Formats: sequence, structure tokens, C-alpha cells
Amino acid sequence: MAEKIATRQAYGDALAEFGVDESIVVFDADLSKSTKTATFEKKYPERFFNMGIAEANMMCAAAGMSTCGKTVFASTFAIFAAGRACEQVRNSICYPNLNVKIGATHAGISVGEDGASHQMLEDIANMRALPNMVVISPADAVETRLAVKASIEHKGPVYLRLGRLNVPVIFDETYKFEIGKGVELKSGSDVTIIATGLLVHEAITAFDILAEKGISARIVNMPTIKPIDEDIIVKAAKETGAIVTAEEHNILGGLGSAVCEVVAEKCPVPVLRIGTKDKFGKSGKPALLMKEYELTDEDIVKKAEEVLKLK
Amino acid sequence: MDKKTLLELKKKAVRVRKHILDEVYSAQSGHPGGSLSSTEIFTYLFQNEMKLDPANPKWMDRDRFVLSKGHCAPGLYASLAVRGFFPEKDLTGFRSIDSYLQGHPSMKDVPGVDMSTGSLGQGISTAVGMALAGKLDKKDYRVFTLLGDGEIQEGQVWEALMSAAHYKLDNLTAFIDHNGLQIDGKISDVMCPEDVVEKFRAFCWNVIQIDGHDLEAIEAAVQAAKAIKGKPTMIVAETIKGKGVSYMEDVAGWHGMAPDEELYKKAIAELDEAMALLEVE
Ligand SMILES: Cc1ncc(C[n+]2csc(CCOP(=O)(O)OP(=O)(O)O)c2C)c(N)n1
Ligand SMILES: [Mg+2]
Repeated sequence: MAEKIATRQAYGDALAEFGVDESIVVFDADLSKSTKTATFEKKYPERFFNMGIAEANMMCAAAGMSTCGKTVFASTFAIFAAGRACEQVRNSICYPNLNVKIGATHAGISVGEDGASHQMLEDIANMRALPNMVVISPADAVETRLAVKASIEHKGPVYLRLGRLNVPVIFDETYKFEIGKGVELKSGSDVTIIATGLLVHEAITAFDILAEKGISARIVNMPTIKPIDEDIIVKAAKETGAIVTAEEHNILGGLGSAVCEVVAEKCPVPVLRIGTKDKFGKSGKPALLMKEYELTDEDIVKKAEEVLKLK
Repeated sequence: MDKKTLLELKKKAVRVRKHILDEVYSAQSGHPGGSLSSTEIFTYLFQNEMKLDPANPKWMDRDRFVLSKGHCAPGLYASLAVRGFFPEKDLTGFRSIDSYLQGHPSMKDVPGVDMSTGSLGQGISTAVGMALAGKLDKKDYRVFTLLGDGEIQEGQVWEALMSAAHYKLDNLTAFIDHNGLQIDGKISDVMCPEDVVEKFRAFCWNVIQIDGHDLEAIEAAVQAAKAIKGKPTMIVAETIKGKGVSYMEDVAGWHGMAPDEELYKKAIAELDEAMALLEVE
């Protein structure tokens, strides 16, 4: 089994690495040890500001500071970043199109034991609906590092969706990341699995199970949910004729919805969505929750078989 | 300030008030009440205090102003126009589809606007961010923000107050337009946040209470704020909502309502009379 690193850890490391750039400032809301911004704080204490348990103020202060030429990373749990402070993000960051990057950790049900109040399953939906916002959901540590780098280079708001759980490292140093680009990880012709975040690894293992069953699946990693890579979706629809989407998010409003929007308008083919089914999470071990909420490779396989019948 | 400057500023305040009336009357919408109660604050800051360059609105070392109570855009726009950021004749385009003068301040559309506001409670936080950046970069620009007395019912304002005191942002000066009214009526009836002076003090701010229509008092308070080290300053400006237009004064209904032609003419006549009195001073 490959090395396991949480994307939040890779985020903290990347901030410390790219923090040599003196225009980078990091804000946190009393969660720096969990969001891993503490790694940046240790290296650059003068450019780290703890704003206390006050996420609304933090988002707007980040907006104000960015107008003075800073690239501000504001971090907290996804539930508070995209939930509590959603309107602050909309009006003070997105409307004026400011250079604030939201490092939202503990997204999704894989938060585990903390339960529903802390398992953000609607953030992609909330953030993707905001004009000017870029939404990135990295699959592993390598992609997270590159996404942080790309976020710094991109002028404007970015929402980085990061996880708590240690997850396998999928990519190596040769991996290329570009905002707005999906990546074909495995070629196939019967069906395409489009996955994001934690579910990318599940999609890769599903590929092998499907292959054993004689099904040729194309696997696409979709790290940027917005702007979505329309070309790779249309190509998949045309060439494989069926799509399964997979994400650790409500099936309403997330990657699945974004893919359906493109498919419905540009090249209608059957699409089935893996995600939480418009319900709240609960406490438990992450792996058990992933099973119970049908977010595993086995579930992807089942959906792939189902979607083939709709072709 | 000397007598001559004071007289000039008083005249500019009347000019700003007339513009506010023009803006709201031409748009047949907008917020005259709070714009008129803040007119002396706007006028002192924009015409006498702030380091600004109308030819270079994004000059990095400029003083900043955040209109936390963004609905008072008519007062801000009038002040920016009088200071020379854009032509005064553009003001009557306020809120219309062809104009850059959005209903609430938009920093991407209006030269001289430092932050987009309109959602109450957020502006002061953005001002905190600007002041923090000033400290980080060891710049000597100052950050000003203006809040409503109803606005401070928003919990976020108190988050911002706490953070400004924590980071000792003595480069930040906030004004609260203490006009006693919000949309649904008297602050004391809707949701009373008094005693505001004591509350701001308890949040470790330097607090100065003044007559918010007295330009010299505003100047003295701003200068005192500059002299204080290690603390942000809150200037509690006692004002009359709708100040300068007799029928609007202290009437909650004029918070967000435009006058019809007859009332508009009456208001302009009153302001012309005020100007005439200043001319003979
Ligand atoms: C978050 C938010 N809630 C509600 C409003 C609608 N609103 C606009 S102005 C206003 C009353 C503001 O009263 P106050 O702060 O006292 O302003 P002033 O009297 O100076 O006009 C309200 C409720 C808003 N703009 N933002
Ligand atoms: Mg008021």
C-alpha cells in the first residue's frame, strides 16, 4: 500500500514551502493544529494571524487584507468556511473578486467520529454557485501541493476542499495539475468514472474490479469542480456513452451535478451519481461510514454496471 | 482648522447633501436618512483628512475608507465626486442600469471605493484586514470605517472589534453614526445595544463621543485617534438621521425612501437657503 498523507497535511506543508513568497499571509480560526496552518505559523509567525473562533470576521478581514496586495489563505473547517461564513465569502470575497484562498479542511463524511455537525457535504454546491470562485478538490498530497501552488498563481478567490483522513498518495512527481483540467488516469471504452477527492482512489481500485468483470472503464480525476473541464466530459460521453460520478459530497449540487449539466447540454448520455443521498452524516470510523453511505469502490462498480444497462 | 477651512467644509457639506438628494431623487430609490446623518463625517474625512490621489485611486499608500453601512452610498459617492474621483454630474446616474454607481458601494466599479459593502457587519472586518496589512507592511496609512448604530446588532461587528483590539490596530478609526434609528424604527425599540460607549470601552477600544455634525469636533476626535498608541478608536458620533432636510429629520421612514418632486424641491430649497447663509458668513 502506498504512503498515506492527509490532504490537510499536504496543505500545511505547501503553505510552509511556498510561504517564502512574502506576499502570502495565513489566517486561521483557532484550528491551526487541525488545518495544519500551524506548519506555516512555525516558519513564518509574523505572517500568521489567529483570528479566533470568529469565521465571519476572518473571511472579511482576509478580503480587506488582500486589497493591500497580499495573497491571503483563510483556513478553518469546511463546515464553517463554506457554511457559517458563506455570505461573507460571497459578498466580501467573490463579489469584489479578491485574492483570498480558502483552505477548507475536514470536508466530507470522512471526518468520522465528530459526526454530522462537522461533516460538510454541501460545500461544493455552495461555493460552486458563487461567481468568480474556483473550486478545487484534490485527491492526494501531491495534487494538494500543486493545487496550492496554482492557487497562489491564480488571481482571485479559490476554495480548496481538503480532508482530515490520511489517504493514499496516488500521484508521483511527474503529475501535472492545471486549474480547470481533468486528468484521464486510466483509459477505457465502456463507461467513464469521473471522481474527485477521496473517491479518486476508490475509482482506481474499482477499475481493476471492473476489468476482472470484463468492463473497460475510463477513470477521470476531476480536481477542479469549477471551472469544470467540459471537454473531458464531452469526450467521455461521446467515446464511452455512459458516466458514473463519484464524490464525498451530497449528490445535489456537487461534481455529479456539474457533470450532468455539461452532459445534458452538450452530449446527453446516461449518468449515475455516487455521493451522499441528500442526508446528513453521523459518527463512526471513516471507513465504516464510507461503506454505510455507499462511497466505496464496490459501490462504484455497482453503479457502473447499472449505468451500462441504461446505454 | 482655521475659520476659512471650516467655512469651506461647511459649504462642501451642503453640496454633499444636495448631491445626496439628487442621487436618491433621480434613482427614485436609495437611502437618504443615514447619508444625511453622516454628511459631516464624510465631508471631514474626504475633503480635509484622508491622504488620497483622485488620479490614482488605487495608490498603495493611500488612507482607506470602508463604508461598513454600505446603504449610505449616496453620501460616499457625493464625497468622492466632490473630492474629484469622478464627475459630479455622474451622480444622477446612481442606481441606473447604465451607471457605474451601483446601489451599494462596489470597489470594482467605482473609483475611490476601497471595499464593496452592503451586507451590514462585514465592512468593519475588511477594515480590520486593511489595518492589519498596514501594520504588517509597516506603512503609515490609516484606515477609516463608518458603521450604523443598527448595524452593530450584527454579531460580526463584535468579532471585528475584538480582533482590532487584540492586534492593537491604532491605525484603525471607526465611526458609529449614532442616529438612534434603523429601518423598523427606534434602535431602542427594535433591539437595544446600549450602552454603546461602555460596550466599546469594554472591548478595549479608545472611545470618543462627539456631536457628529460638528466638523471641528470630528477633526479633534480624528486627531486624538491618531495620537493614541496601541488601541483602535471608536468615534461615537451623535447625529440626527435625515439632518439638513426638515421633514426627514429624525423620521425612520426616510431611511430608504426617495422624495417626490414636491418634497425634493422643498429639500433643495432648504439646502440652498443653508448655502446662502454660509455665503454671507
Ligand atoms: C446583513 C444585513 N441585514 C439587513 C440589511 C438591510 N438593512 C439595510 S440598512 C438597515 C438598517 C441600518 O440601520 P443603521 O445601521 O442604524 O443605519 P443608518 O441609520 O445609519 O442608516 C438594514 C436592516 C443589510 N443591508 N444587511
Ligand atoms: Mg441608525
